[in-house]
Amino acid sequence: MNIVSAFVVGVLFGFGLILSGMTDPSKVQGFLDIAGLWDPSLGLVMGGAILVSSVAFFFASKRSRALLGEEIRMPSATEIDKRLVLGSLAFGAGWGLAGYCPGPAVASLFTGMVEPVIFVAAMLVGMAMYELQARLSGRLK
Amino acid sequence: MTIDWANFTPWASLAGGMLIGLAAAMFILLNGRIAGISGVVGGLLRPATGDVLWRVAFVAGLVLAPLLYQSAFTPPAVEVNASVAVLIVAGLLVGIGTRFGSGCTSGHGVCGLGRRSPRSLVATLAFMASGFLTVFVIRHLIS
Repeated sequence: MNIVSAFVVGVLFGFGLILSGMTDPSKVQGFLDIAGLWDPSLGLVMGGAILVSSVAFFFASKRSRALLGEEIRMPSATEIDKRLVLGSLAFGAGWGLAGYCPGPAVASLFTGMVEPVIFVAAMLVGMAMYELQARLSGRLK
Repeated sequence: MTIDWANFTPWASLAGGMLIGLAAAMFILLNGRIAGISGVVGGLLRPATGDVLWRVAFVAGLVLAPLLYQSAFTPPAVEVNASVAVLIVAGLLVGIGTRFGSGCTSGHGVCGLGRRSPRSLVATLAFMASGFLTVFVIRHLIS
């Protein structure tokens, strides 16, 4: 059931990204372009998503097990460190350059366009580089 | 600042955002997981027993979503401005950055802010600021 649920959630998430216009990199860059013609759409996407998800997170914080039986895994890290800030700054730079973040890029893989395929391939290389350094520095669990 | 009324899609974006929020809500309540795409995908590069199938199922749903969507509705037009070289640099930055920063727009921006995590607020402000600055540089300084 967990597998079926994960698949359905993936489809719904993808529908949301498409309907909201977030699979269009030029629209995302339009939001990030505050000095030019500014498209506020992305702000409404995040606002709408936070509004709905915050209700679920409120209830989830009071439970230890999910409805399908698995343990609820809330992120436990609280430290605001250099890794968090520098990592997020690097992510933002890449996001601005291409107009893709991980969700919309993955959800665009099978649309017949070559750009998301190139972007996701490079993203996986970047993630693999992180794994490699984590292994080398012994941080791996 | 001038609002781009021609491209602003308030209702579709709000509705789509709420659908994303519904997906994140279902994921935490049904599966007990955070719907953070960089975390779900990145975890596949660190495979552990019993931790792979749900990630594959989620990614499969996300990848198949446009095919299902366009069988019923017309998807919005898509335009990519980045060249191949820029896409590669951007992809590397997003891959490395989201893993070091422990999340992306979905994990920090939607789920993290949805559960009022101070850490996610800092991450979201950082990647937003960096995104604003990057687009300012490429659209207004060097082009």
